[in-house]
Amino acid sequence: MLIAGRAGHLALAALALALACMPLFASPYYIGFASSALVAALFALSLQLLVGGGGMVSLGHAAFFGVGAYAVWWLTSASPTAIVATLAAAAFAGGIAALGVGALALRTKGFFFLMTTLAFGQMLFFVFHDTKLGGGADGVFITRPDFGMFGLVWDIPRRQRPAVLLWLNLGMLVAMYAGIAVLFRTLFGRALLGIRANEHRMRALGMPTHWYKLAAFTLAGALAGIAGHQWAMTEAFVSPELLGWHRSALALLAIVLGGAGWLHGPIIGALAFAALGEAAGLVTERQHLVEGAVILLVVLAFPRGLGALRR
Amino acid sequence: MTGLLEAANLVRRFGGLAAVGGVSVALRRGCLHAVIGPNGAGKSTLVNLLSGELPPTSGTIRIGGEDATGWPNWRFARAGIGRSFQRTNVLRDMTAMENVRLAAQIRGTRARHLFRFAGSEAGLRRAAAALERVGLGGHASRDAAILSHGQLRQLEIAMVLATDPTVLLLDEPLAGMGAEEAERIATLLRALATDHAVLLIEHDMDVVFAVADTLTVMVDGLVLDEGTPAHIRGSARVRDAYLGHAA
Repeated sequence: MLIAGRAGHLALAALALALACMPLFASPYYIGFASSALVAALFALSLQLLVGGGGMVSLGHAAFFGVGAYAVWWLTSASPTAIVATLAAAAFAGGIAALGVGALALRTKGFFFLMTTLAFGQMLFFVFHDTKLGGGADGVFITRPDFGMFGLVWDIPRRQRPAVLLWLNLGMLVAMYAGIAVLFRTLFGRALLGIRANEHRMRALGMPTHWYKLAAFTLAGALAGIAGHQWAMTEAFVSPELLGWHRSALALLAIVLGGAGWLHGPIIGALAFAALGEAAGLVTERQHLVEGAVILLVVLAFPRGLGALRR
Repeated sequence: MTGLLEAANLVRRFGGLAAVGGVSVALRRGCLHAVIGPNGAGKSTLVNLLSGELPPTSGTIRIGGEDATGWPNWRFARAGIGRSFQRTNVLRDMTAMENVRLAAQIRGTRARHLFRFAGSEAGLRRAAAALERVGLGGHASRDAAILSHGQLRQLEIAMVLATDPTVLLLDEPLAGMGAEEAERIATLLRALATDHAVLLIEHDMDVVFAVADTLTVMVDGLVLDEGTPAHIRGSARVRDAYLGHAA
C-alpha cells in the first residue's frame, strides 16, 4: 500500500478545504449529506488498515463500527456525557471487540478469514438485533454527547449544528489519515506491509506474524469504533443495521473503487460512492441499478481505482 | 564441542512415507556441512525440520544446547537459525534495500522499538553490510522485481544474513545460476563458513566438493554415509548409490 506524495497530498488538502467551506454555500441538507459521506470514508479508511496494510480482507468490520456507535448510546442514555468520554469509550469498545474476534479469526487466512469474520460479524449483529442489549431491533435515538470537557460545555445552536458536525467528521478523517500514514513509516507498519507481501517469509525471518496481525486488527477495530462514534454523533440514531455485513461490503467496495493500493483510496471511493448514490437518486428511482452500472464502468476504466496516482 | 544446532534421530513422516527416517546432524561454527543426495532423498524436508518449518514426527532439535523441538519457525529464526528458500522468496514490490532492511529489523526488535520510524534504525547499517557482503551493494535501490535470477538468489542470502544468524541453512543457493554468479556465491559460502555454522544443500557437485568441510549423503530419507569430501569421494557405497548414477 502506497501513501500519496506531495502533489497527491496537495490535491487531498484542496478536497478537504472544499468540504470545509461547504457551510458557506451549501444547504443544510447537503452539509448533512457530506457529513454522512465522511463517516463512510472514516469507516472505509479504518478497514484499509487491514486490507491495504496487512492483506486481511474482512467482512466483519462493521461489527466494530456498530459497537462503537452503541457505546455512545450506552454512555449517553444514563446521563449527559462529554464527547471526549464517548469517543474514548467507542474506540475502546471497538478495539476490545476486534481483539476478541481477531484472536479467533486470525487463525484462518484468505477466503476462510473472510468467511470467519463474516460469521463473527453476523453473530454480533444478532446479539444487538435479538436482545435488549442494543435497545431492540428497530434501533434507538440517542442524545448527542456534549461538546466540551472538564465541565465546560459548548452549547451549539441548532442552526450551526450541521456545519459543526461536518467539521468534526472532516477533522477526524484528517487525523485518522495522518495517524495511519505515520504508522506505516514505523517498523510496525513496515512489518505489516511485509506480512501482506509474504507472510510465510516474514515468519521464516523471525517475525511472530500472528501478534502483528492481531495488533493491527485490534487497532483497526478501535478506528472503526471511532467511525461508529461519528455516525452516532452525526445521525443521533443507532440500530443493529450498523453492524450488518453489507456495511463491511460497502467499505470494501469503497476501497476497490478508490484504489486498494493507496492509503487515500478508500476516502476517494467512499466520497465518490456517496455522490454517485445521490446523483443516481436524482435521475431515477432505480438508484442501485445506476450505481451498479457506473461502478462496473469505473472499475473497468480505472482498474487501479479512482484515486490511483502515478508512482 | 557441542554444535550450535544439533538434531538427533529426526524422523518426519508424511502419511506412510518417512521423508526423513532418523537423521542426526550437528552444525558447528566454522564448518560448512553439505548434504547431497538424489531428488526425493529428504534434503529439503531436513532443512524444513532444522528451521522449525515442520515439526518432526520424532527426534529432538537443540539450539545452543536448549531443546527447541516443536518451536514455531519464527522462534528458530530469533534463536539465530537463518534459512534461505529453494524458491526465491523475496518481496517483489520493495527495493533490494527495503527487503534486507525489513529482515534486519525483525530480529532484535523489541516491542517498544516498533513505533520508531523505520529509516532511523541501526538495522539500516546491518542491511547495507549484508547487501555489500553478497555483492549487491550497487543494486540497493533497485526494485526486487527487476533483479536477475542470480541477483535474487543473492538477495535471498542477504536477507538471511541481515537477521544476524549464527547458523545458516541454505537450500540450493546456486540453483539456476550462471557459471560466473555461481563462482561468486561459492566464494561467499566459504567466507560465510568462517563465522557461521553452515548447512548447504546443493546439486552442483563441483561446488559442493570444493567448499564443504563435511558431507552427508542422504538416500531415501536415511544417511548413507558421512565424512570429509575425500572420504565420500572414496566411498564405494556412495559411488554405487548416487555418484555412479550422476557420472
